[in-house]
Parts: sequence; structure tokens; C-alpha cells
Amino acid sequence: MESRPPAAAPTPAEAEALEAVVGRRVQAVEARVIRRGPDRRHLLLPALHALQDRVGWISPEALAELCARLDVPRAEAFGVATFYALLRTTEGPRTVVHVCDDIVCRLHPDYREPDGHDGWQSGESVGVHTSPCLGQCDRAPAAFVQRAGADAARWTAAGTEAAPARVVAVGPAWLTGRIGTADPASLEEYRAHGGYRALRAALAMGPESVLREIADSGLRGRGGAAFPTGVKWRAVASSARRDRYVVCNADESEPGTFKDRVLLEGDPFALVESMTIAGVTVGATQGYVYIRGEYPTAEQRVIAAVEQARRHGLLGVDVASSGLAFDIEVRRGAGAYICGEETALFNSLEGYRGEPRSKPPFPTEAGLFGRPTVVNNVETLHNVPVILTEGAGAFSAVGTADSPGTKLFSVAGDVALPGVYEVPFGTRLSDLLELAGSPRDAGAVLLGGAAGSFVPQDAGEVALTFEGVGAAGLTLGSGAVTVFGAATDMGDIVERITAFFRDESCGQCVPCRVGTVRQNETIARLRSGSALAGDGDLLKDLAAVMGDASICGLGHTAASAVGSALRLGLIGGAAGAADGRSSVAGASP
Amino acid sequence: MSSPVPVAIPRRKVAVRLDGVERSAAEGSTILEVCRGAGVEVPTICWAPTITPVNACRVCVVELEGSRTLVPACSRRVAEGMEIRTGGERVQASRRMVLELLASSVDLSRAEADILRWLEEYGVDPERHGPQRARLSEPVRRHDELYVRDYDRCVLCYKCVDACGTEAQHTFAIAVAGRGFDARISTEYDVALPDSACVYCGNCIGVCPTGALIFTREFDLRASGRFDPEAQSVTTTVCPYCGVGCNLELHTQDEVIFRVTSPEDHEVTEGHLCIKGRFGFEYAGGPRQQRPKETDLAADARPPA
Repeated sequence: MESRPPAAAPTPAEAEALEAVVGRRVQAVEARVIRRGPDRRHLLLPALHALQDRVGWISPEALAELCARLDVPRAEAFGVATFYALLRTTEGPRTVVHVCDDIVCRLHPDYREPDGHDGWQSGESVGVHTSPCLGQCDRAPAAFVQRAGADAARWTAAGTEAAPARVVAVGPAWLTGRIGTADPASLEEYRAHGGYRALRAALAMGPESVLREIADSGLRGRGGAAFPTGVKWRAVASSARRDRYVVCNADESEPGTFKDRVLLEGDPFALVESMTIAGVTVGATQGYVYIRGEYPTAEQRVIAAVEQARRHGLLGVDVASSGLAFDIEVRRGAGAYICGEETALFNSLEGYRGEPRSKPPFPTEAGLFGRPTVVNNVETLHNVPVILTEGAGAFSAVGTADSPGTKLFSVAGDVALPGVYEVPFGTRLSDLLELAGSPRDAGAVLLGGAAGSFVPQDAGEVALTFEGVGAAGLTLGSGAVTVFGAATDMGDIVERITAFFRDESCGQCVPCRVGTVRQNETIARLRSGSALAGDGDLLKDLAAVMGDASICGLGHTAASAVGSALRLGLIGGAAGAADGRSSVAGASP
Repeated sequence: MSSPVPVAIPRRKVAVRLDGVERSAAEGSTILEVCRGAGVEVPTICWAPTITPVNACRVCVVELEGSRTLVPACSRRVAEGMEIRTGGERVQASRRMVLELLASSVDLSRAEADILRWLEEYGVDPERHGPQRARLSEPVRRHDELYVRDYDRCVLCYKCVDACGTEAQHTFAIAVAGRGFDARISTEYDVALPDSACVYCGNCIGVCPTGALIFTREFDLRASGRFDPEAQSVTTTVCPYCGVGCNLELHTQDEVIFRVTSPEDHEVTEGHLCIKGRFGFEYAGGPRQQRPKETDLAADARPPA
């Protein structure tokens, strides 16, 4: 390990920020004792956040001090700090406005391309930065303000408080019933609206019965991969290792997706209860919620819910007088789409760069800190209390055999009523679009966000189930349904999607690191009329290598939307010609 | 006389099919090991015999029956009944594209001979990505007279980071910083090497496959156009500095050392050295210290008059 003398001391403000997260400075003798204790590297990202929040950047002096206290090499900590869009390693303005220029916000009539103002001049007090989707698509256009200072009023998402989310349920409002009805800050109200009945039931049933109930319900993961939740839980519960974790993936970052944000902000206790059920069922004593950094309101509400639950004995060493221990810690992401990939999320939590790991081993075997881990999406977890209170039979009576229950869709873009729609699985796409007031002559519909596909004109009849969209060559993905009006320049949208993947690739593997750049360049050439002779073939070759040889799902899906847009002729003449086909809008993929 | 007792723990065998041929492989071995054992060439860039695979370059991908995507041969361990194919169009296409993407963004002109051969064999065409394509465009970093970091040639194979860190030196002077195409190997805040934790063991140079990390002497020799493999030789010797006895390979041109390596298969070094073995060769080419003459010694010993 490096043994260099400390750099100059951090400023008092930096020292104070550090102390709040990593404790007071210790003398050399104590440090040796601490080093023999548990690894504290997982505090790296919270500490970097603390510095960023307090002084607006991570200075070399503060980084050196932090590294000395956590026993982390400076070069590695710098590598972590430079991985995230919301952390800065150069001094700049104390206020930075992140303006969303992603696929939904750029449709809004009020949206303006930030004219060459990306970044800032030295001495400016406010910086402007373009941002990928901020998950506020139902109230676009969105901006996110990052402030540094001693007061707590640091991060705000513009408009979050002003415009309550539109939540519509057709059929049972299992996931959204309390939103807008029960005060998200009140445990009492949560209980009055049926909260914590499921935990009581789970404790009375015992873990084996809960596992059977979840398996019988047929619940499948809502994060995009649709893996059976019961199988995941069973694998961790039967692991030979006793130290296990429950992790909630609340790093919702798929462009056009905001349903998890609405759940976190509107019904935070349900998440706490669901994770507690998961913990006592699989035998984990510690849970983590990893919430994306651009969701300050969600983060504050979940933290408040965790604290209340702890005060009322619903978390801690003796959960609801069951004799079982379980607690939850809330961690904040720092601006990296890739950290929604489960193994990248683990690395981020552990204080490493958010680079995905090779699978196998899978998280149920070696997840967070290398231990067996249940990692579930927010919406998946919200289904758990429903199953335990309604019963697996009632749950699976809704939807289809392979896709039981209800599903949340984030519908946004050129629609009259953007919002979160809870509908039974099997609802037709055209019915969902009609509910949201989509124009009949919409130019295009994107299903599943940037990692999804544009749907053909005749896909309205497709039943929204995992198997139904799969048969149509599509994917539900995160459940984002983004509508583009007939006047939309779809080439612009497709180019923005390619830029998104270029910006969000972690850079670990070659196919994705370079492939996303080449895809972005090629689409830009097609749009500007400067296409090269082989560009159509090039796009196919890029799609093949990213889909086949990348490490993780980001690379695997980075060409999905582009490919569908080309097949549907959405990019226009030049691209269609380069693709070697005529424009065939409406053709099936 | 009894025969020697094998000291390795015996490993169970699993049966796999490699390109249609039944093979027996030791449990826990990788697909790459099975391929090499069978004489099937699998290209690798980020893999090294002495470093835990990071499977980042993806040039070693193979087809595995039942897997939706291709899998990295370097790190995927064999399991009973695996069906592996190394020759299909999918595999060839992915390998060609990985090499092409690298060649389109990185200066590979000083890469290992195998890499240059694969560029030919797989038929890569970096020019089809257009003249305006993004490249690394990194300046040469020359902070001292020992070695140069020429990151325009870096393929981000992570080998130098791992050799500096947990796989050999445990110094952690460098790491990957930034994200995506902007990711680079860097010290903290890109400080110059003498201001970093670097101890100049040069183990990063030893594992670099593309010449991005290079002895300053070799860099200058190549820059001057005088680098001439015909006039070079390699002398194997033992490091004179301490009792460990590391093997050294002195690469010389015109009797001047321009690079020092250690054999990867050397059981003590595994190719790694310390600053003394790697860079402590100044004396070898310098003027030899003249031994004082005996008469002078005698004169010195005389008491002053």
C-alpha cells in the first residue's frame, strides 16, 4: 500500500464534511487497529458525496485525507470520483443546473438546445450541464439543481413539489393505491391503509411458506430481465453462507421511466416493509436501498420512512418483536446509468467504480461484498406485500399465466395525460396509449426506453405481457412507453439515444466502449447526409458485436432502438438507403 | 528408487465438447486453457498468464451452447457437458469487430506481434469508420528518464493497473479514471509519476501489450528511427542487487541496454521485478571504475612527512 506523506490539509469545511461520514481523524496507532477491523471502503461514495455537497468539488487535499482514513489508494478513489456525472474533480461554480435534453424533454415546446453552454467559465457562479433523462418525464421539461453549501437545501429537482404525479389504475390498484391517498411521511397513515399487514403475515407464516407463496404467485422481476423472484429468494435462503444481503435497485435511469420514482416518493413505507419481508424470509440482517442521485425527494422520503420504522421497532435488532434482526441503509447514486446494472450497483456500493462484473457467479451466490444477495427492483418489491395480503392465487388471477399481476407503465412524450399507469398484464398497447391520450397519428412509440425498441404501427394489438411483447420481437424493459408526435424529427431522437449510450457506457469492455461511439458517429453521418458507403453494414456489425460480446446488458441493448428505427424507416431516406432497404414504415421487425 | 510424488492437488475431470470433439478437462480450468490444450488458437489481449482475468477486451469470445451471448474464454470455467464452438461466423465477426474497434481508436503499431497478426488474419478495416472518427488523442507523458506513458496506444486492458495493484506490486499508483470512451489509466488528478505513489518497479511496462508503457531509452531509440531489431540481442543474467536472484533479460542494441524484462515463467518473478532489477543498469554501460594502483595505495598509507 502507498505510504506517502499527507498532502496539504483539507479546509475546515472539507474536514467537517468528511468527519460526518467517516468519523474523526485517528492517530497512527489507532489507525492500525481500525485497519484490522472491517473494511470501510464502502463509505467512499458517501464521503465523496459529502465533499461535493459541502464545497462543490473533490479537492486533491480532501481526497488524500479521505483515502488516508479509509485506507483506499488515491488513484483508485480518483477513479471512482471521475466515474460519476454528479461528482467533480475540478473547482467550479457552487451551483450546477443539470438540464435534461433526453428523448422526452426535447419534445417539449419549451425545450431549447443549451446553446454551447455546456460547462462553465471560471468565476461563474452557476454552471449549466446537459443531462440524460432525469426521470421527471411526466412533468417535462426537467432540470435538476445541484447546490453546494453548509445548509441542507442542496439538491432539488425542479418542479417535483409543484406538480403531483398523475397515477392511473385500471383494475386493482395494488401498487399505486396509497399514492396520493396516504401521507408518505406518516407511518400511522401507512398502517391505516393496510400497511404492515403483510409483514405480520410473513412472520406468522414463516420463511418457508413465504417462499412458497412468492413462487406460487409467479412474480417476475420488473427491472427488465423478468427473472422469477421466488427462484431468486429461494437461492439466497438456501445458501450455505449465513451472511446475506437484500438490495433494492432504485437506480431508475432508463430514459422515459419514472414509475419507481413515483413509488418511492408516494409510498416509501411499502418499500421498507417489502425489504423487511425479504430480509426475514431469506435470512438477511442488512438491506441497502440504492437510489439514483437525481431523486432527492425520493431519497429523503425513504430515509424518513426507514427512521420511523426503526423508531417503531419495525427495523433493527428485533423486527416487530419477532426476535429477527433486519435494518436498512439508504445509499445515493451519483449519476451513472450503468449502476442500475445489478453487479455495477454492488461495486458502486462497495466503493469501487460502477463497472459490471462478469456473470457467473450470479448475485444469489456472490453479490454485495461477495455474499449471497437478493437484488430486486423497486416495483418488484412493492408486489411482495400484495401477494402476502391478497394471496398468491388472487395475485396470479390477474394478468396471464406467464405474466401474473399488474404492471406499471411510465407513459410520456406527446400524450395528453403523461403519468404512471397501473394496468393488469395483458392490456393491449393501443388501450394503454388511448388511456394516456396518445394521438392516433403518433409518429412513433418507443417501448422499454433507450434499451427498448420502436414498435411497428400495427403493434397496437400486442398484449403487454413478457411473453406477448417477446413474441413480437419487442421487450417491456422498464415499462417505459414514450410517444413521439407525427411532427417529431425521429432522426434527432435516434441520435440522442445513441449519444446516451456513448455517454453512459462504463468503458470497461471494448465492444461497448468503442462500439457506442461508432454507432453514435454513424447515425450522425446518416442524418447529416455524409453517410459512407458501408454505413448500413457497419451499423449491423456494431449491433452484432455489442449484442454478442459486451459484458453486460447496457452493451447488449445499445443497438436495439437504433435497429428498430432503421427497420421501421424512422430515420428517413438517407438512412433507409444506407441500410440497403426502402423505408418500410409499419413492417414487422 | 521411488518416483517423485506429485504435489499438486488432483482435480476431477469434466467432459466438454470443443468444436464437436469430446475433451476431458480438469474441473475449474477455463475454456481458454482447454482450447490451448487442444491446440485451438484463441486470441487474447487483456489476458496474461500471471494475472487474474478481467475479461474486458472480449477478443477471446467463444460460442457456448445455451448461452444467449458469446462468453469470454479467458474467464469462463468449464462445466460438465459444455458445448463450445470457436469457429462459427458469430465468433469470427465479434473478434474481427473487437480488433477493428481497437484499431480504429488506438495506435496499435507497436502492439505485440500476435495482435498485429490477428489484425491481418481477421481482416479488420479501421478506415471504414471514417476519417472523422474519435480517437484517444492522448499526449505522450514523459515525467522522468525511466519510462514513458504513451496512452495513445492504450487499449485499457487493465493489466498495468492490476500489476501495480493486487496482482503483483500492491502499490496502487494508477487506476482507471473517467468513464466510457473517456476512460484512461491515470494517477490521482493525473499528477506526474514522481508525485504519485509509483515506486518505479516497471511491472506495468512488463505487462503492457501495445507499447503504451515503454522504457525511455527504447522510446527515444524508436523516435530517432535508429531502432533496429537486427542489431539487437537479449542477454539472460541474474540481478546483482540482492539475494532473491531474479532472472533478468537485458535487451540491448549496440551494447546499450534499452529494456529489461524477466521471464513470465520464472518461478520467483513471474515476469515482475523491482526498481533495481528493472532500471538499475546505468553502471553496465558506463565507464568502468579504474582500480587504484598498488603504488598509489602504498603512497597513501605512508605517514605524512
